Amino acid sequence: MSERTERMPSPRRHPMTDSTVLSVDDLTVTVGTRNGPVRAVAGVSWQVRPGETFALVGESGSGKSMTLLAATGLAPRAATVTGRVRLLDDELTALPDDRRRKLRGRHVGFVFQDPMTSLNPVLPVGRQVTEAAEEHLGLTRRAARDRAVELLELVGIPSAAGRVDAYPHQFSGGMRQRVAIAMALACEPDLLIADEPTTALDVTTQAQIIELVADLQARLGTAVVWVTHDLGVVAGIADTVAVMYGGRIVEQGPVDAVFDTPTHPYTRALLAARPDPSRRGEDLVAIPGSPPSPLDLPPGCAFWPRCPVRADPRCEHELPPLTPVGDGHTVRTFYRGEAG
Amino acid sequence: MSATTESTGRRVLAALRRDPLAVGGTIVLALLVVVGVAGPWLAPAGVNDVDVDQMLRPPSGAHPFGTDELGRDVLSRVLVAARVSLQVGAVSVGIALVAGVTLGLLAGYYRGWLDSVLMRCMDVLFAFPVLLLAVAIVAVLGPGLLTAMVAIGVVYTPIFARITRAGVLSVREQVFVRAAVSIGASDLRIMRRHVLPNIAAPLIVQTSLSLAFAILSEAALSFLGLGIQPPAPAWGRMLFDGRGFVTDAWWLGVFPGAAIFLTVLAFNLVGDALRDVLDPRQLTLGEARRSTP
Repeated sequence: MSERTERMPSPRRHPMTDSTVLSVDDLTVTVGTRNGPVRAVAGVSWQVRPGETFALVGESGSGKSMTLLAATGLAPRAATVTGRVRLLDDELTALPDDRRRKLRGRHVGFVFQDPMTSLNPVLPVGRQVTEAAEEHLGLTRRAARDRAVELLELVGIPSAAGRVDAYPHQFSGGMRQRVAIAMALACEPDLLIADEPTTALDVTTQAQIIELVADLQARLGTAVVWVTHDLGVVAGIADTVAVMYGGRIVEQGPVDAVFDTPTHPYTRALLAARPDPSRRGEDLVAIPGSPPSPLDLPPGCAFWPRCPVRADPRCEHELPPLTPVGDGHTVRTFYRGEAG
Repeated sequence: MSATTESTGRRVLAALRRDPLAVGGTIVLALLVVVGVAGPWLAPAGVNDVDVDQMLRPPSGAHPFGTDELGRDVLSRVLVAARVSLQVGAVSVGIALVAGVTLGLLAGYYRGWLDSVLMRCMDVLFAFPVLLLAVAIVAVLGPGLLTAMVAIGVVYTPIFARITRAGVLSVREQVFVRAAVSIGASDLRIMRRHVLPNIAAPLIVQTSLSLAFAILSEAALSFLGLGIQPPAPAWGRMLFDGRGFVTDAWWLGVFPGAAIFLTVLAFNLVGDALRDVLDPRQLTLGEARRSTP
């Protein structure tokens, strides 16, 4: 697990800076289970710069959520985390729990997948929205209430002043997700981590939430890490993207490079599997098989059993290294893309 | 706690008002509290005014509840004893609630060895029949009002600990608790703000039920001579003293018994009604509309 990614290129829409908001270096997560230790994430490295959007793409079980939990110190107790994580100027992995908790609360906001369960059903939304601000900025009750109204307005909740005392069940799914976003933004975080925030919503609401986050990001300059399995979302909002499979990053780079010249057979298969209106009437393309169990990963490339290419005899037994193929574009495969 | 609490309070009152049983229970409880506070002044005679000429008189204009074997006015004794019963109920359930909820929260939230140790202790307490344990504690501490309250409090602690722990176990796995962890909320804050309010409903119901049982337990302890010491009046003790006269002076047992019955019933009715209205998820559509303009 000693590979290092190449330095990331300058983000598309933002001036290049050397500073990173969150930088993850050689992160490995091993979870102790009844069947022995399971390596859920192996040697993952990536960075997010101020104002940038980084998308982490993968199927269920590919390790994307675990990567984020471990990076922010929220991994379950059964997990052993190694590697280095840097949040702004602090080495998170070197800090005691309490200090890490405070830094996380102050600088990172989280939006979870299902807004039906991520809000406390017995607390009025106004109280929940400012919870982080009360804890970390020492807001008084009155100031917190004003701030709650402000935040709810910011995320586009109509007549916010009248709704701060309403309970979560009085909101629709999309409105709840807006509340959850307001909650994440309460401390004006430098980084917003969105873990499949649109998966539980219907399609029109999804688009509104994506637009809202993009708009807020432009206004507040927050860096965003967006976890998703929806490549359409990635193309629309991300500056850089990392594709995960079997606990490792298999392809990583600027979103244009990855989408225009996908190199890893898995990325290619994912892109080919997107529904395409111009192929209306044809069967949808699917990747045969299912992702490997982290309990039983193949010795070589994790994608080998499902790979349509199998370009190299080493694929089955030897783990391909992450190799640069373009400006900041790295890929973990022996395959060197003939047209496909 | 300004606007939110007020509106929750108003909502609870409005909902309680629609439930006739809850209204009845609340009225009885309110009367009991009045009697508990003002009992000695409401009583037509002193509790220990012995009058051997008036022994064992049936209910009449002068003595609406009759008189006992020493000629004392039963009505006066029942009224004055209300204070002791309410006090025992409140203090002992208070002890059980504070101790049980604290232990249950710690066990359920932190799990691990702490959970095992605490809950096994609770299991040991729980394994004893309620009265046997209370009697044992009183036997160690000596009979009296204070020890009766402590004993009953200890006896009811495991119930609160178990209910709390069970609730905590389910609530702490909820996404909103993870969300609170993610924003860096402290354990104490998460317990107070997210866990406790979500398990309040079963605790409130258990509190009202336990108040009823605590009053019964005190009556039982007094009946056994381990609670309030004579000549101070207590409902249970009066039942005990009246048992020898069941055939020829029914009023000695019936009136204190009815007082116990009414008190326990009122607590149960109010507890049931509270459970229904305290859960915001059970707001009716009309209430939801009113609270969201």
